[in-house]
Amino acid sequence: MRADVLFEDMTEEEKYEHFMDRIDAGEKIEADDWMPEDYRESLIRLIAMHGISEIMGALPEKEWVPKAPTLHRKLAIMAKVQDEMGHGQLLLRVAEDLMAPLGKNRENIMQDLFSGRLKFHNVFHMKAPTWGDAGIIAWLVDGAAIISQTMMLTTSYGPYGRALKRICAEEVFHAQHGESIILAMAEGNEEQRQMLQDSLNRWWTALLMFFGPKSKENTGSSHQDKNIRYKLRTKTNEELRQEFLTKYVPRIWALGLTIPDETLHFDEEEKLWKYRDPDWNEFKQIVTGNGPQSKERLELRRDSYENTRWVREALSSQKKAAI
Amino acid sequence: MRTYETAEEALESPEYNEALTELLFQLADDDFLLAYRGSEWLGLAPHIEEDVAFSSINQDMMGHATLYYKRLEELGEGKADDLSHLRSPEKFRNAVLLELPNGTGNYLEKPNYDWAFAVVRNYFYTLAKKIKLESLKTSSYVPLQHTARKVLMEVNYHLMHWETWFNQLIQSTEEAHKRMKNAIDQVWEEFMGVLSTGDKGDVMARSGIIEDEETIKKRWISKVESVFTQSGLHLKEKPQMKSGNGRNGEHTPTLESALDTLSEVYRKAPAQGW
Ligand SMILES: [Fe+2]
Ligand SMILES: [Fe+2]
Repeated sequence: MRADVLFEDMTEEEKYEHFMDRIDAGEKIEADDWMPEDYRESLIRLIAMHGISEIMGALPEKEWVPKAPTLHRKLAIMAKVQDEMGHGQLLLRVAEDLMAPLGKNRENIMQDLFSGRLKFHNVFHMKAPTWGDAGIIAWLVDGAAIISQTMMLTTSYGPYGRALKRICAEEVFHAQHGESIILAMAEGNEEQRQMLQDSLNRWWTALLMFFGPKSKENTGSSHQDKNIRYKLRTKTNEELRQEFLTKYVPRIWALGLTIPDETLHFDEEEKLWKYRDPDWNEFKQIVTGNGPQSKERLELRRDSYENTRWVREALSSQKKAAI
Repeated sequence: MRTYETAEEALESPEYNEALTELLFQLADDDFLLAYRGSEWLGLAPHIEEDVAFSSINQDMMGHATLYYKRLEELGEGKADDLSHLRSPEKFRNAVLLELPNGTGNYLEKPNYDWAFAVVRNYFYTLAKKIKLESLKTSSYVPLQHTARKVLMEVNYHLMHWETWFNQLIQSTEEAHKRMKNAIDQVWEEFMGVLSTGDKGDVMARSGIIEDEETIKKRWISKVESVFTQSGLHLKEKPQMKSGNGRNGEHTPTLESALDTLSEVYRKAPAQGW
């Protein structure tokens, strides 16, 4: 960039070049900075999906909040689900700032969710029929989230990186809460151990899917490459999945649990985990709203949103009256 | 008046201990049930910010219930987890108002919950809770004084929260106003149960555990009266207790199903670690 040219006077190409120079130099982009439209779009897609996943992710665990076995567990799971709603709030605000220049707001995010345009993580489309699932979700789903969110900490978009820093700090407690549930059950009676094993069987494939397909051949569309070019992320889906396996497979085995994949092993030569590839067509079905519990969860969200519309209307009429 | 510094001292006087235990169950069960009803709202509140705030209040309340159950544990009533999860409905001492569902439907399926009812029930309850806690600051049972001071710090924040909601909705759209008035009527039908200290109330007052029921009632009614005046509402006759007095073990069938949910997992193996 020539120092004697004002930024406003630059052509779109020059602005783009300047922007990419900043990205390459590892600078952080802020909400009011100039950014290419597809950078903005990628961010909105990524952050709105992350935010809405936190909120939809509260629903399967919410099922277990009143039923948590002891006072201590009740308090812990209440705190955890509250955190998740808080993460959703934090992220939606970041997304809202990005959407504002496009004349969009939170109502649009909610409507996109209800219409199926805005997707949420595959794991939150699954059923969570026992207390064991509450443990597996907090331990392994949050564990998987920590791995992908930690990678995102260095993201080129400043406000997202800062939100993630706060989120990651809380996620550590979630995983500990989950691990504590798992340990209690693993040390419990036969019924408790069986409940735990059943939950692991139920969740294993969904956990592998969580990181997304290996390459775009598996999905038909992948934003991975662009996101890496814009330094929104630094690792591929498969790299993250390998990290997850390295961290958790030994721990799961150490508890005496069986992972429902007899092909799973660490290949010493390739230094890679080999596993049975999930059915990526099924993945696609799930994230497009055809998972085992997708309809029910979305309905719950939509009904409650409609049910409390009068409250939001009352609040906004008050705001108007105050002006 | 004699004060009791420890659980051991209270246990030496059976009549005192009986009244004290009774009150602790009232306080614990009230917070336990209302925190549960609140937690059913999780993910369903009018907006995400409120979901976070409401959830924090429910956690506080569940925490308060836990503090009271621990006091009962110290008095030899049994493990806090057993007390909260294994007692049968007629042993519960919460006011009926606090066990009532949030609306029709179930928290897992088709919850048709009423936010106006949530606001009014929580606001009026928190007003009464604060009045009782202020009284407990000088309780003859010293450990309860400490608990009351701790709980009060959080209750002041809860009160502000519900007061804001109450004022915002009552002075807003016609629909909101109508819904709020309906909710007030509903809460009114049972609110006397919250203010009651039950059959052992006289002994509680006589031995200085908490002030007498009439005093607490007067304070609450005068507070609500001023809230009503500010909002242009009229105080009708005294609140009622249509479905019975929970302080004496009278409850609706909704308590039983609430307890079934709350203890579903724990009951599988109460002796095990969870
Ligand atoms: Fe989270
Ligand atoms: Fe989490």
